Amino acid sequence: MLEFLTEFPDMSRRDLRDFKLAIDGAFRDFSRANGEAIEGFFDPLLWFLIWLEKLLVATPWPFILIIVAGLAYLGSRSWKLAIGSMLSFALIGYFGMWEDTMSTIALISVATLLCVAIGMPLGIWMAKSDRVQSVITPILDVMQTIPIFVYLLPVLMLLGIGKVPGLIAVCVYAMPPMVRLTNLGIRLVDKDVLEAANAFGANDKQKLFGVQIPLALPNIFAGINQTIMMALAMVVIASMIGVRGLGIPVLQAIQNQYLALGFMNGLAIVGLAIIFDRVSQKYGKRLQEHRGGHDHG
Amino acid sequence: MAKAKIKIKNLYKIFGNKPDQAIALVRQGISKQELLDEHKHVLGLSNINIDIPAKRIHVIMGLSGSGKSTLIRHINRLIEPTDGQVIVDGDDVMEMSSDQLIQFRRFTASMVFQKFALLPHRTVAQNAAYGLTIQGINEREAVERSQRWLERVGLGGFEKHFPAQLSGGMQQRVGLARALATDAEILLMDEAFSALDPLIRNDMQGILLDLQKELHKTIVFITHDLDEALRIGDQISILRDGAVIQDGDPQDIIMRPADDYIADFIKDINRGRVIKVSTLMSKASRVAGPKFESTALLEDVLTVLNQSETESGAVVDDKGKVVGKITMKDAIKAMARPQRAETGTRYK
Repeated sequence: MLEFLTEFPDMSRRDLRDFKLAIDGAFRDFSRANGEAIEGFFDPLLWFLIWLEKLLVATPWPFILIIVAGLAYLGSRSWKLAIGSMLSFALIGYFGMWEDTMSTIALISVATLLCVAIGMPLGIWMAKSDRVQSVITPILDVMQTIPIFVYLLPVLMLLGIGKVPGLIAVCVYAMPPMVRLTNLGIRLVDKDVLEAANAFGANDKQKLFGVQIPLALPNIFAGINQTIMMALAMVVIASMIGVRGLGIPVLQAIQNQYLALGFMNGLAIVGLAIIFDRVSQKYGKRLQEHRGGHDHG
Repeated sequence: MAKAKIKIKNLYKIFGNKPDQAIALVRQGISKQELLDEHKHVLGLSNINIDIPAKRIHVIMGLSGSGKSTLIRHINRLIEPTDGQVIVDGDDVMEMSSDQLIQFRRFTASMVFQKFALLPHRTVAQNAAYGLTIQGINEREAVERSQRWLERVGLGGFEKHFPAQLSGGMQQRVGLARALATDAEILLMDEAFSALDPLIRNDMQGILLDLQKELHKTIVFITHDLDEALRIGDQISILRDGAVIQDGDPQDIIMRPADDYIADFIKDINRGRVIKVSTLMSKASRVAGPKFESTALLEDVLTVLNQSETESGAVVDDKGKVVGKITMKDAIKAMARPQRAETGTRYK
């Protein structure tokens, strides 16, 4: 009797083993049967990522510096930020991390594009229906909290080591804020304005593109910003499964206790993060400047 | 009276989980309070029947909670009724398919809102053009066509501003221009001027009356302000607890309030400035004394009669022909508030 209370009445060891084996076997069969097709499905993404990476690496560095400064200025309309961005890139290059940085930027760009392309429609769908929201919200919770290595396992079994699994790992972690903030932004759209659109006979499409998305843009932009930040946070993990970039030297540094190497590459990631964050935030703010303005009595 | 443009027939709106069951109780005469306490349903509108004449300003007046904003939203079906009909030009809006409803909202009835409800990311010009762009007209032409309405409401020169840069009164002018630009025959105004301060409100009422002189739209105007209702209304319906308690022209309501509630409502009105001499005159064709036009206000009549030290005056039509007689006694009587019911009980 006492034994019953101290020992949890668990499944027999043998049943448990069979249970696990059955799942593993089923997944292995599935990946053998469909692995190639699934890989084929992701090929265009792989080509795009490789193409962008090659393009960035092949472009002469002065061009890249000018483009970085130009984009930073266009986004923020601040010379300080533009020059600061350019200087950071120059420093990164001077310390020998140019190519890795280009690879990382390629990964982050593709991951962000993917997250926006999938996350925004999902967020809009969630905003339209409470039922969809109640289904997707827990999935997003899982995506953000499940240990990364756990979901890497099936991805690796299906696709092996490489850029695509890395990209998927990054996106699983980085997409939730995009979905959540799009949903929130659209739900927070002023009911009175939406009613006015209704009263003038706007159809669903006119409401979505003419009222809901424009009014939700500040939140959507916060979502993009968060997605970029979280994608950058995943750079080191991604490099563990074969994605090139600033994460690889960090991994080497951890394995060999190279303090300087680790810090330099880590700081380069931080530098990228700060530049992306400031520029995208300033741009988001600029988008809604006219909304708060009370320069008229 | 002009032919009814909008006929509201037996309209009911009940808010709650099972309005179809609640409506049976309402038909049996359950009170709003009982319905709420015992059945957890809110009676929004109860058996509304109103004929709204074409090309006039019909004011629907009531205090907050009386259901007036709910009522106006039934006319373009922003709110679905529990039961009843809203017939516009012979078509029942409640029977329209969603496509027909969209067409109706685009071309037949436009709306002005209490909180303006402008699009914050569009300029004044783009906001005024909004209804036209929704109709499918390209942005440039729409802006061009709405330009004259912006000028008409006195906003020429502000096209490039954003709504947040304008004062409340100016924002509502944009709202008015937006509603006028679609050329809809019906204009629904939901407490359109209530959020504005009194001077600006007065201005806007003036603008609306001026516009109406040339446009002759069918305007349904919601307000909680009796002065506003009396100033702009050709016809007034008074709403209380979701039911119409009096329906008539302003003179009617001032002279013959239907119940204590309305009598109490109008007690602070400056009667001299509202009551017209045509309301008080008795028929006559030859009268001595000073002459008054039939639209002359009681206040002015009293002043003139007093100064001329006569007991009566003649009322003339716009061609100068004598049509009636007004006596000092009638005029003074009209200044006095109508008596409440004998018991002296007040409305709750």
